[in-house]
Amino acid sequence: MSDTLHIQHEVASHGHSGEPHVHHQKETFVSKYIFSMDHKMIAKQFLVTGIIWAIIGGLFSVLFRLQLGFPDQSFPILETFFGRWAEGGKIKPEFYYALTTMHGTVLIFFVLTAGLSGTFANLLIPLQVGARDMASPFMNMLSFWLFFAASIVMLSSLFTQTGPAAGGWTVYPPLSALGLASQGSKSGMDLWIIAMTLFVASQLLGGLNYISTILNMRTKGMSMTRMPLTIWAILFTAILGVLSFPVLLSGLVLLMFDRHLGTSFYLSDIFVAGQALPNEGGSAILYQHLFWFLGHPEVYIIILPTMGLASEILAINSRKPVFGYMAMIASLMAICVLAFLVWAHHMFVTGLNPFLGSVFVLLTLLIAIPSAIKVFNWITTIWRGNIRFTPAMLFAIGFVSIFISGGLTGIWLGNSTIDVHLHDTMFVIAHFHIVMGVSAFFGMFAGIYHWFPKLFGRYMNNTLGYIHFWVTLACAYLIFWPMHYQGMAGMPRRYLDKSSWVSFSQFHSLDAMITIATIIAFSVQLMFVFNYFYSMYKGRRVRSQNPWGATTLEWTTPIHPGHGNWEGEIPEVHRWAYDYGKDGRDFIPQTEPVGENESTH
Amino acid sequence: MQNFLIFAILILGFIITFQIARASEFVSVIRGEEKTRKQTNKINAILLLVFLVVGMFGVYWTQHTLGDKILKLGTSASDHGILVDRMIKYTLIATGIVFVGTQTLLFWYSFKYQESETRSVYYFPHNNKLELLWTVVPAIVLTILIGFGIVYWYRITGAAPENAMQIEITGSQFKWEFRYPGKDGVFGKKYYKNIDEAHDNPLGQIWEDAANHDDIYVTQAPMHLVVGKPVKLIIGAKDVIHSVGLPHFRLKMDAVPGTPTTLWFTPIKTTKDMIKETGNSKFVYEIACDQMCGAGHTGMRGEIVVETQEEFDQWMASQKPQYAKIQEAAAPAAATGDSTAAPAVKDTARAVTADTTAAAKKDSTGK
Repeated sequence: MSDTLHIQHEVASHGHSGEPHVHHQKETFVSKYIFSMDHKMIAKQFLVTGIIWAIIGGLFSVLFRLQLGFPDQSFPILETFFGRWAEGGKIKPEFYYALTTMHGTVLIFFVLTAGLSGTFANLLIPLQVGARDMASPFMNMLSFWLFFAASIVMLSSLFTQTGPAAGGWTVYPPLSALGLASQGSKSGMDLWIIAMTLFVASQLLGGLNYISTILNMRTKGMSMTRMPLTIWAILFTAILGVLSFPVLLSGLVLLMFDRHLGTSFYLSDIFVAGQALPNEGGSAILYQHLFWFLGHPEVYIIILPTMGLASEILAINSRKPVFGYMAMIASLMAICVLAFLVWAHHMFVTGLNPFLGSVFVLLTLLIAIPSAIKVFNWITTIWRGNIRFTPAMLFAIGFVSIFISGGLTGIWLGNSTIDVHLHDTMFVIAHFHIVMGVSAFFGMFAGIYHWFPKLFGRYMNNTLGYIHFWVTLACAYLIFWPMHYQGMAGMPRRYLDKSSWVSFSQFHSLDAMITIATIIAFSVQLMFVFNYFYSMYKGRRVRSQNPWGATTLEWTTPIHPGHGNWEGEIPEVHRWAYDYGKDGRDFIPQTEPVGENESTH
Repeated sequence: MQNFLIFAILILGFIITFQIARASEFVSVIRGEEKTRKQTNKINAILLLVFLVVGMFGVYWTQHTLGDKILKLGTSASDHGILVDRMIKYTLIATGIVFVGTQTLLFWYSFKYQESETRSVYYFPHNNKLELLWTVVPAIVLTILIGFGIVYWYRITGAAPENAMQIEITGSQFKWEFRYPGKDGVFGKKYYKNIDEAHDNPLGQIWEDAANHDDIYVTQAPMHLVVGKPVKLIIGAKDVIHSVGLPHFRLKMDAVPGTPTTLWFTPIKTTKDMIKETGNSKFVYEIACDQMCGAGHTGMRGEIVVETQEEFDQWMASQKPQYAKIQEAAAPAAATGDSTAAPAVKDTARAVTADTTAAAKKDSTGK
């Protein structure tokens, strides 16, 4: 297969070789900064939009943590800002659930999917495989603007009279289908579905583009097995997205039908708000199958790119090749395949056939094997290295630590015998926030610190970076580690006040501590955002073309690459991406031909 | 004012941090960036080691302070819960070892292999033996966990024993309602369009079905169970998805409108046993709704009383079938004949339903 691709790419690269000159024509403000077709600018657009969303989504969590940590106290400032949603300075239940729902939706989809993949796929694919731009720059631009449109619609849902969607980020019907059952299931829910539809379209355009670029536009010599792991990870991410997002869309379209056209896909035998509905024969569980068929791959869509980023950054800063390159690819592939076969582990307690349940236990726990391989390989990568603790490297190490902590509790929850007790408790909150929330953020931060010089030709402030890392790492564990205990007490998730319960009201001081840690963590993220924008204009300038001493192609471009990336010919690749510390040399760039006396690996 | 002060302090703190950060960058340029970099490298390496030690102590300390606030493993109040606790224990041991091992290696290696001019890196791109080792070992451990998990899972989800007591539990925004089949042991049929709270028919029972006439309806009061006697819950919902969460029994099952589900277990400790065991005089078994069901989700609370057979019989004797209540309401004029009328209805009901038992049973379990 790689041979045919090889030929294709040669055709492609010849076809493109004249192009950079075309792009030297005059660029207007609009074509350069707004409707840009340069993958680097689109990456920046995704990143900045993602940062704005992350601040909004993070702020939501601070607000509902205030309620959880101090349920008896009132905060008049909340009423100032949110009016009747927080009458008397206390968050109303409807508002609380709107906040948690939007926190989840925003962070999972808008930040850790679009913001993360959108940024690093766009930035790194052409730069690391040696292409002038994406296969279709126009589709790429469209992908961002559809995402932007989705953002506008989702944002507008926050300002509707009845509030945004409030049924949890999974929006299970019948709750999400019936305006009678919840305020948040009125117009806010329609806007949620419309926004997600635009979002899915954006993901598909982006994903198809990533796949075709990686397969067809690699430079001469860049065989598939010479690609950096970042690109492999992004490739599998894109495949997951392209195959699973349409299923979510179909689920949402049926939900829209149930809401407005009187169909009964998900509705049956319902008596709500004093009236019996005519719908009979639908299955509420059908939606969950459709949703989790995306929903589970989605968590890998979030975590795979960061695995790639972390592998790359760990190798570069250990000055040592990534250990087990082929095993890393194989484990990515295994995760990608298994990701499609485990969705029903979210549904062990829905009345799922017990035999089917046991099959999903088996497949779910199998994912622990490729994950374990990756963790051991990362640890072996830093073993006997020569480690430089840049902020990016620290975040990559933090990523591994957090990924271990969160991954191991997956072995608990993936086992239906334990899930039947811990399902939908705070234990689950702790598990997935650690394994895909915090660890994905760590990977993303690592990526931002590492490639900031490529994005803007400047460094971010290191001291702020170190403060950011240490405070975030400490707070991540302070916030989420004790939540396991709340789950082990059986405390359900999405409870805003536990005082009326005998079994769950023993954690007052703990909840207060978690809230304070959340506020600190959020403030430090604001500091990171400040560092980001400040360094964009005032950061230390990058003086050398290859500031980290990396082997990959993006560091062979000029410090401020124009549209087209390389002046003159695209460099040819002669070796894999991880020749660090080989034959006594610090690193050997991918563009250097293999010497006659060189050892082979 | 207070808010303003907090805000001002935050801003001030931030400005100070930023100025220090900026200054340190200038200092590093003046002193030589390479030298500063090496110094910060050392500091961060030490901090990583410190984090490992403090973190591991934190893990111990969390267990120390929160350990007695959780449901202790092995103290479950149901037979199935014992299996769940055992599974958690095995998994905790396996994942605990991996957790301590990998975190220690990660942070220790980070510290040990910090940049040093005296060391050259070891070019070690791959090693098939090692890869095989950490593919096979996790695979074996996982196989064991999966094996136990599936065996226990089948025991938990297997068919309920013949002698199991049946109770129907229905969730709706935001309460739980219970129904006992009465003396005939059979639930009468119901249809959601018959639900009529104004006329005392909150579950939509079909009164033409005589099996309904002795069914006992309980709400806003605890569900009663007998210690040592298996119970099969037939779970339904009226409006949106709810979930019957039973933390002390370590069990949970969703309540889905239109699709009944079931869950069975044997309570092994009475409420009084638990009061003694936990030392909490207010102890009560709680039913927690575990599936987001709307604005009142947090307050969707039910209670269970586990008691001896005699206590249960006593309680049951004090309950009146819903049908009898309706009869009373329909004939308030005949108030004097109340006490005799209701049992009469019950008796005829039993006679009529005797041969429909099988059909009703099939209907009520929903499978």
